Amino acid sequence: MPESQSTTPAQRQRALSPKSIAVWSAVALVGAIAWAVLALSRGEEVSAAWMLAAALGSYAIAYRFYSRFIANRVLKVDKNRATPAERLDNGVDFHPTDRRVLFGHHFAAIAGAGPLVGPVLAAQMGYLPGTIWIIVGVILAGAVQDMVTLFFSTRRDGRSLGQMARDEIGPFGGAAALVAVFAIMIILLAVLALVIVNALAHSPWGVFSIGMTIPIALFMGVYLRVLRPGRVSEVSLIGVALLLLAIVSGGWVAESSWADTFTLEPGTLVVWMIIYGFLASVLPVWLLLAPRDYLSTFMKVGTIALLALGVFIALPTMKMPAVTDFATSGTGPVFAGSMFPFVFITIACGALSGFHSLVSSGTTPKMVQKETQIRMIGYGAMLTESFVAVMAMITACIIDPGLYFAINSPAGVIGDTVQSASQAVGNLGFSISPEALAQAAKDVEEQSLLSRTGGAPTFALGMSEIFSAVVGGTAMKAFWYHFAIMFEALFILTTVDAGTRVGRFMLQDMLGNVYKPFRQVSWKPGVWFASAVVVGGWGYFLWVGVHDPLGGINQLFPLFGIANQLLAAVALAVCTTLLVKSGRLKWAWVTAVPLAWDVAVTLTASWQKIFSDDVKVGFFAQRDKYQAGIDAGQVLPPAKNMDQMHTVVTNSTVDGVLCALFAVLIVVVLADAGRVCLKAIRDPESVKLHEAPYVESKLVAPASIIATKEEKAELVAAGVGPEGGNRKEAAPVGSGTPE
Amino acid sequence: MTLTDVRRAAGRIRWYVRELTGESAYDRYVAHARSCDPGAPVMTRRAFERSRTDAREADPREGFRCC
Repeated sequence: MPESQSTTPAQRQRALSPKSIAVWSAVALVGAIAWAVLALSRGEEVSAAWMLAAALGSYAIAYRFYSRFIANRVLKVDKNRATPAERLDNGVDFHPTDRRVLFGHHFAAIAGAGPLVGPVLAAQMGYLPGTIWIIVGVILAGAVQDMVTLFFSTRRDGRSLGQMARDEIGPFGGAAALVAVFAIMIILLAVLALVIVNALAHSPWGVFSIGMTIPIALFMGVYLRVLRPGRVSEVSLIGVALLLLAIVSGGWVAESSWADTFTLEPGTLVVWMIIYGFLASVLPVWLLLAPRDYLSTFMKVGTIALLALGVFIALPTMKMPAVTDFATSGTGPVFAGSMFPFVFITIACGALSGFHSLVSSGTTPKMVQKETQIRMIGYGAMLTESFVAVMAMITACIIDPGLYFAINSPAGVIGDTVQSASQAVGNLGFSISPEALAQAAKDVEEQSLLSRTGGAPTFALGMSEIFSAVVGGTAMKAFWYHFAIMFEALFILTTVDAGTRVGRFMLQDMLGNVYKPFRQVSWKPGVWFASAVVVGGWGYFLWVGVHDPLGGINQLFPLFGIANQLLAAVALAVCTTLLVKSGRLKWAWVTAVPLAWDVAVTLTASWQKIFSDDVKVGFFAQRDKYQAGIDAGQVLPPAKNMDQMHTVVTNSTVDGVLCALFAVLIVVVLADAGRVCLKAIRDPESVKLHEAPYVESKLVAPASIIATKEEKAELVAAGVGPEGGNRKEAAPVGSGTPE
Repeated sequence: MTLTDVRRAAGRIRWYVRELTGESAYDRYVAHARSCDPGAPVMTRRAFERSRTDAREADPREGFRCC
């Protein structure tokens, strides 16, 4: 039974007017010239303006033409069909939300530290491979996944990805999807926490400012609970002011006698993170999580807007080459392996991120006012996130390449003095003097910038360069650096809070199948046990990542990328299955092509990580090498003693097994989805869709940010204000319109 | 630009921020509850905000944020 299409009015395909043909030709021309400059320049410094032009030109064309094609021809969004927000409106979680507000909500929910970290790491192969993947990937894969998932979830009353997998593919694929989500959550939290630990170790300024966010959040929590319930804007403003004060006072602390108290070893920070994660998971939401969330959203949106402004005003030049030798040799110090497949798993968020499908099938579909707005919210928000990733790439590429490699190589490669680092960077084919390395650290008032892997410090350095060029000059560099570190740490910690909670909840749900009381969130022993398991899970990987002689980011980041892209494969498989089942076989390539690419990338990466003979790439090759060393009683560098040799063997084994597990899961989901698709093609009568029935919509609202002429006329005819809402003859329901 | 324009712009920004932060959730709830029955009993703001965080406590997947 194909989805009912009889009620869909034929989308009027207007011929383009000469004016718009001229405008779009100009956009295409500018974009194409920018791409040509980026791709063809060798051995000279290129202005970031070209990267911005290439990105924005491509996004504009993709949004105007491809997303419109998907909305009108593939999905056939229907403006006369009521969304769950309209049908099930309860004024709380289901309610038709203004499209611009929902765009903001959705963007704030999908964008986090991910798009700021991946591109920075991928910059070791030069700016070009990563940038191409960010832009082409988002247009053809990432934004498509977000939009199509949002559409199907909206047609199913906002069902989650896991539920859709179970309903539409089957219990087997559904269970695999559930396990995948849980495993990914653990790895994700560990990697993000590792980024923070690497940025804060031996940095009294950073530790003090981040530490202060906890009392600030507690104060905000009490304020909202007791003093003035619900006054979010005012408490957020107070919070941001206190936060800025915390950053400034961090500088004073770092110069005072307290500095030693806040100078922490990575191992100590891990213990604090684990304690914090556990407490955040068992404390009431209102006390810590909710206020942190407000604070981090405020900072996130504000800083990203500032960064965009800074990049446009400063228009810095990129010092990183377009393509480095590491792209082909696969011997880069930041992560091992060649461009294919590793650039494509290192940059997940910003190009294609499986995690987004959880947001697109969670809160957002319950708030969509009109099906026609899915394009702007799903596709548009993801393009915006991709732009954040492009800016992150710019920040990594404007700093000196020698400095970039000194910051991002593990200590095992570059040693721990500026002299050894300068020499090691020289061996990599770049150059920086020991004095320049020391000066760079001094400029931002850090003891050292060596081996601050994980992307955050590099990003912060690039951002401080851009901001200080616009405001304050060199004197403000240290402030902007710590501002950027704080901003990243803040929302990574918020993700750690929220992720631990979600992981705990999922675990309680799974354990509830075995022992009923686990399912009750009020049953304290269950809450504590599940929290401890989740925190223990990511805590283990975090601990291992900090102590791995081979470098934690180097080892764990590929695993995180594979996991994230695996989730994308699940989402794209669900979308493709649904396209086939709903009689859209002709258009199934829209998600099937990105799926095929994603599967090729993920499985190749898993294969290399498991079977490669190269000890830098293959987990089991590593294991064998170091095990042989242990058997022969030798200590192999970068391990410094037998204990570290054993650490390497254990870590490589765990990572390798996990990688194999991910690969098996992806194959299981795909096989199950393939079976369902084949069945649907052979016997279309047997298909059972779980779509909510058609109800006619009474709402009138524009589809995109700016209402078109026709839409304005329609709004006037319906007798509603310029913002849209219920037709006059219907009962007036507050639909969130201004004034 | 007249004073009215400025006031209108400020009003729109205020509206957007209140919507985005969820500050207007209570007003929406009251409007929704009263849309069918003007005399319907509604929660106080304090009770309403508590019930919202309690709901989040019960299912943390609502409002989850990505990496």
